[in-house]
Amino acid sequence: MECCYEKKLVCVSCPMGCRLTVTVCGDNINVSGNTCKRGEVYGKNEVTDPRRMICSTARIKGGVHPVVPVKTDKPIPEKLKFKCMDVINSLDLKSPVVAGDVVAANILDTDVNIVVTRNM
Amino acid sequence: MNFDLVVVGGGPAGMAAALEAYNNGIKSIAIVERDVEPGGILQQCIHNGFGLHVFKEELTGPEYAQRFINMTKDTEIKYFLDTIVLDIAQDKTLTVMNSKQGIFELKAKAIVLAMGCRERTRSGIGIAGDRPSGVFTAGAAQRYINIEGQMVGKKVIILGSGDIGMIMARRIVLEGGEVIAVVARSSFPKGLTRNVVQCLDHYNIPMWYSHNIVGIYGKERVEKVVVAECDKKTKAVIPGTEKEYACDTVLLSVGLIPENELSRQVGIKIDRKTSGPVVTESMETSMEGVFACGNVVHVHDLVDFVTEESRKAGKNAALYIKGEITKNSQPNTFKVAGGLSYAVPHMFRPENLGDKFDILMRVDRVFGKCYLVVTEGGKELGRYKKPFLTPGEMIKLTVPSSIFKGMAGKEIGITVEPEEEK
Ligand SMILES: Cc1cc2nc3c(=O)[nH]c(=O)nc-3n(C[C@H](O)[C@H](O)[C@H](O)COP(=O)(O)OP(=O)(O)OC[C@H]3O[C@@H](n4cnc5c(N)ncnc54)[C@H](O)[C@@H]3O)c2cc1C
Ligand code: SF4
Repeated sequence: MECCYEKKLVCVSCPMGCRLTVTVCGDNINVSGNTCKRGEVYGKNEVTDPRRMICSTARIKGGVHPVVPVKTDKPIPEKLKFKCMDVINSLDLKSPVVAGDVVAANILDTDVNIVVTRNM
Repeated sequence: MNFDLVVVGGGPAGMAAALEAYNNGIKSIAIVERDVEPGGILQQCIHNGFGLHVFKEELTGPEYAQRFINMTKDTEIKYFLDTIVLDIAQDKTLTVMNSKQGIFELKAKAIVLAMGCRERTRSGIGIAGDRPSGVFTAGAAQRYINIEGQMVGKKVIILGSGDIGMIMARRIVLEGGEVIAVVARSSFPKGLTRNVVQCLDHYNIPMWYSHNIVGIYGKERVEKVVVAECDKKTKAVIPGTEKEYACDTVLLSVGLIPENELSRQVGIKIDRKTSGPVVTESMETSMEGVFACGNVVHVHDLVDFVTEESRKAGKNAALYIKGEITKNSQPNTFKVAGGLSYAVPHMFRPENLGDKFDILMRVDRVFGKCYLVVTEGGKELGRYKKPFLTPGEMIKLTVPSSIFKGMAGKEIGITVEPEEEK
């Protein structure tokens, strides 16, 4: 890719879904079309270090349901999303758990934790 | 059993309405929920994207529900779980049933309807072919995967570009399944643009616009589907464009309908456009003392708006029980045109509004830069600029209530005016 290019993105940081234009010129990155600061951060990250939140479920014994919802407590590098799923799918939890409990810490050396998102 | 307020449905709408009534001085409140736990549809919406307005942070569905469950725990609000409301009578007696107590009655001074919505099914859209297993509504699949922990299939095709279909496409790919495509009959997405990006684009799942699934075939399990292109305008299938795709699962995400059997039975007036009760600015239905909020009134895409609307219903139910609701004037009614499909509330009395008035509406087609124009008898009352409107995203128009000052029994027009015209 050229050192200078323009990218049209949709900010997914909130349901407003602002339509962004990111202009990259070497180290100079400019974001327009955003309504708030988070949109600028999102636009910059998308062209430098894209990250994703992962929400899924983990097996649990003794709860009202066989699985409990979990999420990453911060976005994880995009490249690691399926590895992150492997970590979540290897979990075997026991009830009770409380929303916010860390059930896997610092996964894949990313400083990202897996937390449960409801009491069960 | 007697209660001041009975709330039908323990989803976010029911819980918010009950809490708000409680905070307005009504202590005798029951929430009747047919599921084994409160939270409604949120318990299966494990993705994030909830609560940015109400809690100023982005939560998952279960987290949002948990906050409301925790808030109701600190109150005297009584839950009847695993209990279904079978009937509502004119005198506000509810007939309910559960496996422990059988059929019994609850008597209420006021009722809040918060039954949410249900999904349209295959029979509702008529696809040709066999009747094999492996055809699910997207919401049912969401429940299997996220609550029961069961995968629905390996190779999946999804019909419908609504939010649930897109969210399930991502979910299936994350769990190791393959999604051939999301097939959209329309030429634009029915759900949030944000979901097209974060659920499909980020996972390289194609969306086939202006296409339709015209046949589902298989002996016991789904073996293949036939997909065809359709005309952008008429949506009629274009002959000769049919193609076959092997798959084992079909998800249908073809729309939600407010769940209003109870409302209809008791004779509450239903709007044909929203399929929900006609409501006033107080969220009161055509039956005095019966209020409604959330997806039972109109399908929302954001739970935050559900919460706001439900707080309004809960507060007004409390005022009604205390005898403090005033209805001294003829209400004004909205008449929408020019690409708007509805506006909620349907009618209002300006003297009952706060300083600001939130009107929720949807367009029936996509608009670029445009104005929402509010009129009365040919006179313009307000004009509000919008950068982009799409049927997939509910519009919340906040106007100063003063523009309606002193009006009673008037027809208020709202229309969309593309920018080029002025
Ligand atoms: C798949 C999906 C994804 C969504 N994603 C988002 C998102 O990312 N962000 C966002 O902000 N919003 C999202 N929403 C929207 C939001 O979650 C809903 O609008 C909201 O949950 C609706 O709340 P409700 O209380 O009206 O309905 P529900 O949550 O459906 O609750 C209704 C309750 O009433 C009960 N009930 C019905 N009939 C009876 C009866 N006769 N007797 C007893 N109980 C009864 C039901 O069991 C249910 O628990 C999504 C919605 C869906 C369906
Ligand atoms: S820029 Fe701000 S307002 Fe716009 S979508 Fe992103 S987070 Fe939301």
